Amino acid sequence: MAASRGNNSNPARIPALGLRTFALILLSIGVMYLDNRENHLDAVRKTIGAAVYPVRLVVDAPVRFWQWLGEATTSRNDLQLELGRLNAERLLTNARLQRLTALEAENARLRALLDARARVRDEVRVAEIMAVDANPYEHNLVINVGSRDGVYDGQAIVDANGVVGQVIRTGLMTAQAVLISDTDHALPVEVNRNGLRTIAVGTGEIDRLELPFLPNNADIRAGDLLVTSGLGGAFPAGYPVAFVNSVTRIPQEPFADVSATPAAALDQVREVMLIWSAPPVSDVPGDAEDPDDE
Amino acid sequence: MSLATRKTQTMSRGDGGRRTPVIVTLVVGLMLTIMPLPDAAAPFRPDWLALLLIFWAMQLPRAWSVGSAWIVGLILDVSHGTLLGQHALALCVIVFITVRFHLLMRVFPLSQLTATVLALLALYQFLLFWINGVAGVSSPLVAYWGPVTTGTLLWPFLFMFLSGVRYRARSRG
Repeated sequence: MAASRGNNSNPARIPALGLRTFALILLSIGVMYLDNRENHLDAVRKTIGAAVYPVRLVVDAPVRFWQWLGEATTSRNDLQLELGRLNAERLLTNARLQRLTALEAENARLRALLDARARVRDEVRVAEIMAVDANPYEHNLVINVGSRDGVYDGQAIVDANGVVGQVIRTGLMTAQAVLISDTDHALPVEVNRNGLRTIAVGTGEIDRLELPFLPNNADIRAGDLLVTSGLGGAFPAGYPVAFVNSVTRIPQEPFADVSATPAAALDQVREVMLIWSAPPVSDVPGDAEDPDDE
Repeated sequence: MSLATRKTQTMSRGDGGRRTPVIVTLVVGLMLTIMPLPDAAAPFRPDWLALLLIFWAMQLPRAWSVGSAWIVGLILDVSHGTLLGQHALALCVIVFITVRFHLLMRVFPLSQLTATVLALLALYQFLLFWINGVAGVSSPLVAYWGPVTTGTLLWPFLFMFLSGVRYRARSRG
């Protein structure tokens, strides 16, 4: 801090530079401490976030315009092809849905018989991903809805094929979500075939998840579908997460080396769905709820 | 190159009146920072705002010093969603060093200045790495050395470009 002293006769010397830097460094440390432990500074984050919003919009605009241009100039032929494809898809989906209605009714009856609480339907809303890159240290995305639209921290995000991630920071008009492929993200899943429960951990690679806690004799094989188990409370149960693509059992190691490919195309999604789920139906008292996700 | 920009600098009183070019470059820098890049290129995104702040702190140390660096850092933290204060602290430190040695840096030849910028960027990323370590954020190491490499390679061009901007803004004003 001797920087600011020295010879003040030099016109190039900036007054009290060292002192100011020192004060700002202390302030930063204080701010970081408050921000890390609790969400004390949510208001500050939201205020600055609102100021950054126009910049995000401007960055997002060319991509949006390009897409719009692509859509606006699609040929009639392409549109008709697309229409045909969508119609076929809708027929198929509807056929499946008919069975689902019956199954849902049956499920409700059985649940009533078992005296279990009825499953509540999840509420869903579509959000668009903004074409902005955020945090360089994690796999994440920014969506164009925020606390104004009822988004909350920890909310689950899925796309048409499977789970994408969850909201970690909610701004007023935008929210930031972490993808399931992030190294700090772990997701309670179960194998759809036999209900085997485990945890899928992100690897930092966009197209690979790891299941590090499966013993060598676990009943899991390549091609198995993993769905959310609903434990942990952040994700509602039953959404597809990933397909197992390789199982390597090494006799000396306690755990098998299992990797899976996310069902959702994490790097290609443009629109996602936010899920407002009712509190998870669970018979396990005090299930492993992660306090960070709440 | 650096000679052209350094005369009359220390005497100038009107730094405050010439904020527009600086603010414009900073906003463009922020846009470049949050602009989407392909996944393969994303770790090599240069630290635009750090480079810009080094330049402006070197040229206009009275108007653009640690305080503005801190505020830019906070904005960067919010738009990145990183720990609030992380980039603020790192930017503050490298701008402090820049301002402290701005007279020296102005007479450096471009090659030597680029080497200095390399050191500053490395320090910047080291501070971020350190804070991430303390806060328990893990990420691949390429996220740290990638920006240092590209930032250093970019610096000579950015320096010439910004010198041009500054020269133009001054001759107009």
